[in-house]
Amino acid sequence: MTKIIEPKKQSNIFRRPSSETGIWSWITTVDHKRIGIMYGYAAFFFLLIGGLEALVLRIQLSQPDNNFLTAAEYNAMFTMHGTTMIFLAIMPISAAFFNYLLPLQIGARDVAFPRLNALSFWIFIFGGAFLYSTFIFGTAGAPEGGYLAEEVGWLGSAPNGGWFGYQPNAGMKYSPGTAMDFWAIGLQILGIASLISAFNFITTIINMRTEGMRFMRMPVFTWMTFAVSFLLAFSLPIIAIALFYVTFDRKFGTTFFLTEGGGDPVLWQHLFWLFGHPEVYILILPAFGIVSEVLPTFSRKPLFGYAAIVFAGFGIAFIGFGVWAHHMFASAISPVAQAGFGLSTMVIAVPTGVKIFNWLGTIWGGKLKLNTPMLFSLGFIGMFVIGGLSGVTHSVVPADTQQTDTYYVVAHFHYVLFGGALFGIFSGLYYWFPKVWGKMYNETLGKIHFWTMLIGFNLTFGPMHWLGLQGQVRRTWVYAEETNLAFWNVVVTVGAFIIALSIIVFMINWIFSKRNGEKAPFDPWDARTIEWTIPSPTPVWNFSKAPVVKSLDDFWHAKYGEDDEGRSVRRDSADQLLQELEEEGLNPSEDIELPNPSYYPIILASGLPFLGYAVIYYSVPLAIVGTLLLLIGGFGWGTEPLEEAIEELEHE
Amino acid sequence: MSSSHTYPHEPTGVETRKLGMWVFLSTEILFFGTLITTFMIFKGRDFPGMKLTDVYDIPFTSISSFILLMSSLTMVLAHNALEANDQEKTRVWLLATAMLGAVFLAGQIYEFTEFYHKGFELGTNIFSSTFYVLTGFHGLHVFIGVVLLLALWSIGQRQKGLTLEGGMNLEFVALYWHFVDIVWIVLFTVVYLI
Amino acid sequence: MFVKKILNIKNLKFAPFILLSACIENAPLDSLSPEGPYARSIDELFWITFWIAVGVFVIVQGALLLSVFVYKEKPESPEPKQIHGNTKLEIVWTVIPVLILAAIAVPTVQTIFDLAREPEDALKIEVIGHQWWFEYKYPDYGITTANVLVIPADKPVRLEMWSNDVLHNYWVPKLNGKRYLVPGQTTYLNLHADSPNEFWAQCGEFCGLSHSKMRGRVLSLSQEDFENWVANEQKNAIAFSNEDISLAAEGQQVYLNAGCTQCHVVNGVWDVQGDRIAPNLTHFAVRNVFAGAALKNNRENLTRWLANPAEIKPGTFMPNLELTESEINALIAYLETLK
Repeated sequence: MTKIIEPKKQSNIFRRPSSETGIWSWITTVDHKRIGIMYGYAAFFFLLIGGLEALVLRIQLSQPDNNFLTAAEYNAMFTMHGTTMIFLAIMPISAAFFNYLLPLQIGARDVAFPRLNALSFWIFIFGGAFLYSTFIFGTAGAPEGGYLAEEVGWLGSAPNGGWFGYQPNAGMKYSPGTAMDFWAIGLQILGIASLISAFNFITTIINMRTEGMRFMRMPVFTWMTFAVSFLLAFSLPIIAIALFYVTFDRKFGTTFFLTEGGGDPVLWQHLFWLFGHPEVYILILPAFGIVSEVLPTFSRKPLFGYAAIVFAGFGIAFIGFGVWAHHMFASAISPVAQAGFGLSTMVIAVPTGVKIFNWLGTIWGGKLKLNTPMLFSLGFIGMFVIGGLSGVTHSVVPADTQQTDTYYVVAHFHYVLFGGALFGIFSGLYYWFPKVWGKMYNETLGKIHFWTMLIGFNLTFGPMHWLGLQGQVRRTWVYAEETNLAFWNVVVTVGAFIIALSIIVFMINWIFSKRNGEKAPFDPWDARTIEWTIPSPTPVWNFSKAPVVKSLDDFWHAKYGEDDEGRSVRRDSADQLLQELEEEGLNPSEDIELPNPSYYPIILASGLPFLGYAVIYYSVPLAIVGTLLLLIGGFGWGTEPLEEAIEELEHE
Repeated sequence: MSSSHTYPHEPTGVETRKLGMWVFLSTEILFFGTLITTFMIFKGRDFPGMKLTDVYDIPFTSISSFILLMSSLTMVLAHNALEANDQEKTRVWLLATAMLGAVFLAGQIYEFTEFYHKGFELGTNIFSSTFYVLTGFHGLHVFIGVVLLLALWSIGQRQKGLTLEGGMNLEFVALYWHFVDIVWIVLFTVVYLI
Repeated sequence: MFVKKILNIKNLKFAPFILLSACIENAPLDSLSPEGPYARSIDELFWITFWIAVGVFVIVQGALLLSVFVYKEKPESPEPKQIHGNTKLEIVWTVIPVLILAAIAVPTVQTIFDLAREPEDALKIEVIGHQWWFEYKYPDYGITTANVLVIPADKPVRLEMWSNDVLHNYWVPKLNGKRYLVPGQTTYLNLHADSPNEFWAQCGEFCGLSHSKMRGRVLSLSQEDFENWVANEQKNAIAFSNEDISLAAEGQQVYLNAGCTQCHVVNGVWDVQGDRIAPNLTHFAVRNVFAGAALKNNRENLTRWLANPAEIKPGTFMPNLELTESEINALIAYLETLK
């Protein structure tokens, strides 16, 4: 008889958490799937907030010299829109995919460090809450000596120095109050969360692969997770230090970015973009991974040039560290640096092109099932190509000096991050929906979602190319009527509301399908990778027995052989195999030991916002509370397994 | 598709937690790398006010550096003792390591106070800013190391004592401690000697 | 109220006309209608890149759409051939982009260095960024002015730029690309206008509350007009005597007593040493815009501005001096004499 080994009940400080349902089971969970789901919902919540902020911006810009928002509110909104979308929406949604899928794709029972995984999630939640608490506690105002005609108000009391926080404008003298402190420290906390998950995923991929899952047999999504984790691990320390400098400049009177004391504002740009450019690939590579899973499945063909796609992904990640100054072509850098970084930026287009051509090679000659995930993946290719090509025009440095800081750039990176990353993410959300919930989504609503989003997206960001070239500068609260930019701004605003509509369709589909959707079989797509060999929804223990992998796309080859022409032919044994898999998946034949839930991740994580507030308000008591929470969490954490070992010995 | 072996599976043969520790330390290199790079960039530039050379006391810092180096030795001795399963000695060497670390920290606090009295403050200029943040960030690492060592020591007081496997592992703390020591050697050279 | 604001998009009724006119070069900040050799060399480079990109775009999107229509699942579709890749193709689609990019790279690098080179015999002008206006100094002529940059037409000028506070970004789209103004460092930008004309300038880099209102004008004049302008700028303003009872003379009294001189300078009226933090007003009436070129220089705008500057430029360093209506009228009369 199978048993799932019960968690131990006793620990030194708290009883070991033991609930399996209800809110406590979620708070103390270390299950990668539950953490993934929580990441997903939290990130989607922030995506909605970031979207609302965008709509507010678009209303303001729908006509020239508008006064829907004040300048302070506008600046706060665009800063929070960028910060939210990057750090609180796209990155954590990617983290949701990593968490849920990575162990399933490599045949593991969980990640390498389940409690660290929970810690990442809770730090992310506390970091996001901390950042958004700026709307309650934050203050902002005119630069030292400047005047405002009206109060800033709660909407304007959010960080207002841009998501890029260029110094010295984001310093204390020019951005007084605490709002930018919330930004700097909030990002710091969020960075810790990402850094910890990066360690975890790197270790997991290197060391938790099941038997036979060699590196060159890993699904591309796992490969891209691997690449992203390295990018995170090597770029986040840079921004962490840079944010330390900002916080020290703002709170403790140092002069890192202030020329008065010998500091250098351009240093911030270098440090920021040394992180910021790899960050772009952190946002887009997961979508590359998702698309590389979806296209072969619905083309019923293997991925064209698997090795090329993998190496191109790592090539992009590697070169991504050498192109940062292309964000600074108009800044104080020499022509030699301009030329060098212009060329390196052109070079990065090559592996990106390789990926796109390989995806086209994948669908070419296939049997394309145009359902929602596939539509989003195809849409991804189409939109991402546009973003990639406008990116090439940026690498032409002289042209870029016209385009930089205009809406042309806004158009470019939304084609990459929305048309690219977000389309990929939606593709993945539909694709793995059955695996996560055990239900099918509604195909009609899914297609309506796709088409409205595609139209809204292009109406919103397409005209921005034109607006930018016609001289609309970024981050501007108003534009003069004489600039003749009004018409296309109206179109853009209409497009933005169409996107909002499409998101509502998506939410309706999600909620109803999750509740009333058709029951999903465990392999609804006739898929290729091993996460589809287990029941839907995924059982708590993932795999009843550790799978042994014999090839790339192992599951497909178990189901299909090839005839003389190279066309796939379903094996006679396939149906029986599926039956066996389902049987075994639901009724494991061996004992399963799962990692125990723990209170300590959330306790440890809860210390960080206290430390953040302590710095902002120079408060020693808050610092003590924060440190104590860290120590309690850390000590409990460190001794938890030890206690178990002792108990086990005592029982014997 | 067949299933035969059981979890956990470590295809590299390296213990997963040790691998995680190495990944962590590799990012630590980038943390310090960024700090040191900033320091080097500004060292050669013009800035108003005092320099470190106006205030520092090389012999004093050399001695405290030596003390920190010695703590790496005692850390190795603690590890050896545990390998021989000599709990008593392990605890003694652990405590000695923590104490040497604490002495180094005390020296750093004393040094900072002296510098402050001489007018070399955090916000004096870019040099002092980089100096304090760089060495202070290292000091924070030493502090965390001392806390970890003391935690290990207190765990060692229990009935079962310490083991090389499971729980908070002496090996990881040792790895971290040696790393922090090595970083100091680099810092001492870059900041004080060059 | 929100709904009203959203619905009250007055431009919509003109939409068809604007749609047509959008193709006409009527945007003063348009970067695609160059009016000088620097901007033109950038423009040429952009269009080369653009058409190459269009070519790639058509090929890739065409291949995408074609494969979707051709290989869409149909009841009679056979199972596809299991093709895992093709090394030759991989090489082809690696090498071709490399060649295309190399073709773009050569003129790019050349243009980078052409644009950076200091032109011979160029007039040197210093551009100083302030929150939220540009100050211009002509070291050869001893002129200090603001908001409107006056340059000789058909002659290169060399801007030497820095910032007094935060980062700014100087941009005259029809004459050249952008260049940052950085505190503590000097950056350079060349401008060259074909013929006498007026151009718009705009700060590109986010520089705080009124970033969007940090604008400018560039006026290129014929050599003769430029020399006249220089001669005029070098003159001091004529101070009114205390006995004068005209409105403008009264305005001068307001200027001297209300606190304006704390920040502003009118050469010849108030004996000051060194720079002040606000624009030099000596020839204010010559400039067609003010307040960081956010406002046209006319009575109505001046009245609004003087009544409450922060209403127009949030965060501005010019306080609300709580001037009475008659003081404002007098001040405007005075400012109008500053030619």
